[in-house]
Amino acid sequence: MTGVDTERTIAVTVNGVPREATVPVRRLLSDALRHDLGLTGTHVGCEHGVCGACTVIVDGDPVRSCLMLAVQVDGSSVRTVEGLARDDHQGGQVLHPVQEAFRECHALQCGFCTPGFLMTIAAGLESRDNAQEISEEEVDELVGGNLCRCTGYANIKKAVRHAATAMKDDA
Amino acid sequence: MKPAPFRYADPGSLDEALEVLAEEGAKVLAGGQSLLPLLSMRLAAPATLVDINRVPGLDSIEVTGDGVTVGALVRHNSLLHDDAAARSQPLLTRATANVAHPAVRNRGTTVGSIAHADPSGEMTAVLALTDGSVTVAGAAGSEVVGWRDLFVGPLETSIAGPAVVTSAFFPALPPRSGTAFQEVARRKGDYAVCGAGVVVTLDAGRRVASVRASYVSVGLTPEVHDLTEAVAGSPVEKADWAAAGALARTLVDPDTDIHASAHYRRLLVGVLTERTLAEAAAEAAARATRE
Amino acid sequence: MTTKLFGEPVRRREDQRLITGKGRYLDDIGPNALAAAFVRSPHAHARIVDIDVDAALEVEGLVAIYTYEDLTGPMAEPLPVLIPHPQMHAPRTGFPLANGEVNHVGEPIVMVVATDRYVAEDACDRILVTYEELPVVVGVDVARAATAAVHEEIPDNVAARHHQETGDVEPALAASPRTLSFTQYIERSACMPMEGKGVHARWDSDDRSLRVYTSTQASTSVRAAIAAKLDLSLDKVEVIAPDVGGGFGVKIVHPWPEELLVPMAAIALGQEVKWAEDRREHFIGSAHERQQRQEITVGYDDDGRITALDVHIWHDNGAYTPYGIIVPIVTATQLVGPYVIPVYRVVVESVFTNTVIVTPYRGAGRPQGCYAMERTMDRIADDLGLDRALVRERNLIQTDQFPYDHHLTFQDGRPVIYDSGDYPGLLDKLRTLVGWSEADRLRAEAATRGKLLGVGMAMYVEGTGPGPYEGGHVQVLGSGKVLVSTGLTSQGQGHETAFAQIVASELGVPIEDVEVTTGDTRRFGYAVGTFASRAAVMSGNAIALAARGVREKALRIAADVLEAAPEDLEIDEGLVQVKGVPGTSIPLRTVAVLSNPLRYAFDEAAKQATQFARAGSDDKPPVAEGDAPGLEHRDYYSPIRSTFASGAHAAIVEIDPATWEIDVVKYAVVHDCGNVVNPMIVEGQVHGGVAQGVGGALYERMAYDADGQLQNASFMDFLMPYASEVPDIDIDHQQTPSPLNPLGIKGAGEAGVIPGTAAIASAIEDAVGRRITSMPISPTELYDLVRNPTAERTAAAERRSENGVLA
Repeated sequence: MTGVDTERTIAVTVNGVPREATVPVRRLLSDALRHDLGLTGTHVGCEHGVCGACTVIVDGDPVRSCLMLAVQVDGSSVRTVEGLARDDHQGGQVLHPVQEAFRECHALQCGFCTPGFLMTIAAGLESRDNAQEISEEEVDELVGGNLCRCTGYANIKKAVRHAATAMKDDA
Repeated sequence: MKPAPFRYADPGSLDEALEVLAEEGAKVLAGGQSLLPLLSMRLAAPATLVDINRVPGLDSIEVTGDGVTVGALVRHNSLLHDDAAARSQPLLTRATANVAHPAVRNRGTTVGSIAHADPSGEMTAVLALTDGSVTVAGAAGSEVVGWRDLFVGPLETSIAGPAVVTSAFFPALPPRSGTAFQEVARRKGDYAVCGAGVVVTLDAGRRVASVRASYVSVGLTPEVHDLTEAVAGSPVEKADWAAAGALARTLVDPDTDIHASAHYRRLLVGVLTERTLAEAAAEAAARATRE
Repeated sequence: MTTKLFGEPVRRREDQRLITGKGRYLDDIGPNALAAAFVRSPHAHARIVDIDVDAALEVEGLVAIYTYEDLTGPMAEPLPVLIPHPQMHAPRTGFPLANGEVNHVGEPIVMVVATDRYVAEDACDRILVTYEELPVVVGVDVARAATAAVHEEIPDNVAARHHQETGDVEPALAASPRTLSFTQYIERSACMPMEGKGVHARWDSDDRSLRVYTSTQASTSVRAAIAAKLDLSLDKVEVIAPDVGGGFGVKIVHPWPEELLVPMAAIALGQEVKWAEDRREHFIGSAHERQQRQEITVGYDDDGRITALDVHIWHDNGAYTPYGIIVPIVTATQLVGPYVIPVYRVVVESVFTNTVIVTPYRGAGRPQGCYAMERTMDRIADDLGLDRALVRERNLIQTDQFPYDHHLTFQDGRPVIYDSGDYPGLLDKLRTLVGWSEADRLRAEAATRGKLLGVGMAMYVEGTGPGPYEGGHVQVLGSGKVLVSTGLTSQGQGHETAFAQIVASELGVPIEDVEVTTGDTRRFGYAVGTFASRAAVMSGNAIALAARGVREKALRIAADVLEAAPEDLEIDEGLVQVKGVPGTSIPLRTVAVLSNPLRYAFDEAAKQATQFARAGSDDKPPVAEGDAPGLEHRDYYSPIRSTFASGAHAAIVEIDPATWEIDVVKYAVVHDCGNVVNPMIVEGQVHGGVAQGVGGALYERMAYDADGQLQNASFMDFLMPYASEVPDIDIDHQQTPSPLNPLGIKGAGEAGVIPGTAAIASAIEDAVGRRITSMPISPTELYDLVRNPTAERTAAAERRSENGVLA
């Protein structure tokens, strides 16, 4: 018989690092990442799944971390904005092309929604064939599910094209 | 906006799930994309959440000559990209493309949205329009429940007692038929102000034999409207789809909310009916030619 | 000079931390803090009969519960009326926690502190408040009818009657060849930053000092308010705005109840306490803006030149008036825009309603004023059968009329005197950019696709950078690092970058050496705040002056060392050198070391400044009279009045006459904010403003029902635009420097949002030929309008149908 619990200890690989946390079963994944694991780069903008600020990558797919319970990622692999850049093995980091593009294209202002956009776009670009030129429909799809109140989105779309081109050149 | 306390189980089998669901105030958690906001807003406060995500065998899409069976853990995005399902019943992908945004579709399930019985949901309308059914596993075994018996009211189904909807079945598109699905939403990805799904079937002489439509965000539960009489027997190229739209407007009983008046929804029913029928008829004609 | 970065699109220095998840927003601070949550009123107007907390006491993890009864001293008094005004005869503010009565849904009644937010909400759920419901007032028309009162002792619901006039309007109207009158409405929206408000407080019981982090636009004033309300000495309170996830005005209001209650609890409990506002709280417990009823009478001649304008506005200020009548004043005074209005009278009656308070949201009354004026221009053009652009052109203030005095008093108590501008230039550029003369061809082309096309435009003038002052501090360290601070806060405008550009340019140092801190009272105690498009104008100029002070001192010290006259020196790339004599130089960092004569050498650099290291004159003190140790300077910028930016927007809409969906297919912006520090940042501000303008015109509204319940208090139903709803934006620039400030700049933060509602209303009206008198407008409302047989058709539509063109 399966346990019916109010608290659980979960094991989850976050940004490639195995982590463990004991959480009340009602803890939202967003809160667990931020408050139990100290990864405050994931932001909470609405807690009803509309804004997308809390988007993280769970087992390869971008999902709203406010619409999952922490206990549901037991055994899973989670990627957050803190894990987007690569270690350069010299004490520094190599930014992900999407991060580079956001800076280059001024695709952020207050930066609060940015991690959600970065994770959604990174997952989208990583899973496509970047040898192909990115279409406007693809760009719209990649940015269309997240809210930003500062930028008016023009530069975010520009950043997606910029990153796709960079990833094409890298491919 | 944090969920009230609940107990949690993630059973590894259907039987175990049913056992926990027998507890007072227990509720199934599948994709959670509708349930979690309700929990966080404390509009729902189940005593126990029974997470069925670890129950094996519920995550497959099976396509046979009869139609498409979608398991309870199939995510919207999986169905959206399933070519075999699309070939059997094109409404599945056409409607699913209108469900929220990709990150929500990655987690939300087709069956969950049906069990949620939201009249603003696309898949409830599609289940009705295709004359589909769900399979419900309960203490006494599994039973098939047709869509007419399933939807009782907004956010309310006939499923009682400890039960899990294990799959939904969408019959295949009949021969010489075409479908279309369109929505008007305030913002792309929002719940539709009005959506329309239609199936047009032609007879062997390429005349309109059957026209059926179902709507999103119109009425308290999904309904299927037979619009055949407006265009019955017309050669497909000459059918008066506007007449079918006009007929549809007289059949529906939409409500007013903050996004649209009942009048406006009725207008959209007419417009979307006409537009989707033209599109579906073209497809039916093409298929009739191929078949 | 390689360090001349002013005016360059320098990439932002904020971004490195923000794109790697290392930003530090309010809820990222104090992971071990206790959490606060609030019981908020579910009723729009009610007396509180009883508060029963017994059931909450059993909640494990509960730490404390506070009601009004627990408030003492200044905390038990009403919250301050931040900006008093003689014409606000009946100001009202709430209490930090409701004192026996609630006046809007969302008003805080009980604060719960618990081990975490989940538990705090559990306790809130168990607190039973008994209410006696009172009649509810929602909307300006209901408030005006005054069948019920929000505040019993103010039976007419009028908080203020703001009145300005530049002449005798009635005879002027009577003498006008033509007049027309109309009434129109504009609805509520809200700032809706992606990060809600939030407060974290930590009390050091040994030092008896308080550190507060708050997601604010005004940390220095929050500090003063906390000190006053909690009876603390100002020197024992420090307030820091960390990374702030958007503001747009709502975070300029202070002290929010939570900004006082959270520190109060932290002191009482001796533990860190934090409150992070959730989205629902933000909808019902923060602030909204924009609702007005506008009654306009205009007199004009046969050429469309305005002779007199009489405007009577009813402005919904919500339940309380903590921010005074700033929004009404801004509407009243900015309404006149770029036009010559020979005689103008405006009355704004600010009325109470049982809804969330109304305080500035980006634009702060300007979008409403622009809507009034620009729709007036459209009406005149329609009446006379003239091109809408032509009517505007005929009324524009000309370039040789600056400074132009409107004889009005602005929101800062100073005269509305436009400092500079080129409004005909804006209009010309706009016509070209949007293709104004192509409208008929575009309309015909759209008709072939079954679409109704319309074009619209709107112009505005925006008073930016109001005083009273801002300050800046610049300090060069012995390491060569340049520390810059200013008191006002940042919410994403890129101040760290723009201010660093200014300092790098003024001082002649590499931008990499410059570090900017904003909104931290530990670094700079005097400030006003970030609002009214004032940061670049106010702090930018203050910092420039501070940098110039440092430069002057550096040249003086270096002149001594290099045995040259200060005026023969220059600073480039952090090196002070004799102009035209390569090699004769001293690093600025060495000058910094020398500026502070030392006794003790704690590192190699310091050694150079010790008393035996340098030869000095025995008859001069080590620190010259009137001088101070250190290479630093503090300065302030206090303008005589605001500087006036301007712009013109045009929208082209296409409407599906079957579904009445409205699509903005082109949006053009011509923008003039004087000299530009960083064009990339300014353009970003315009983009964001336009998106909010489109949202305000077509999507966003606060849907209150008659009972005062906000029916769309979520992102699901409050329709903030996604990328799919924001049109591509074409931008053209014009630069008319301000003569009022050293850098010649004008504010840019709010501009993008101002004309959106007016321009889009004009375009829709043009497309459908029905008068648009209420904004925002949704497809369902447009459908109601076009199928209403009594809806007014525009004269343009009549003329067009006479010409056989369907509208």
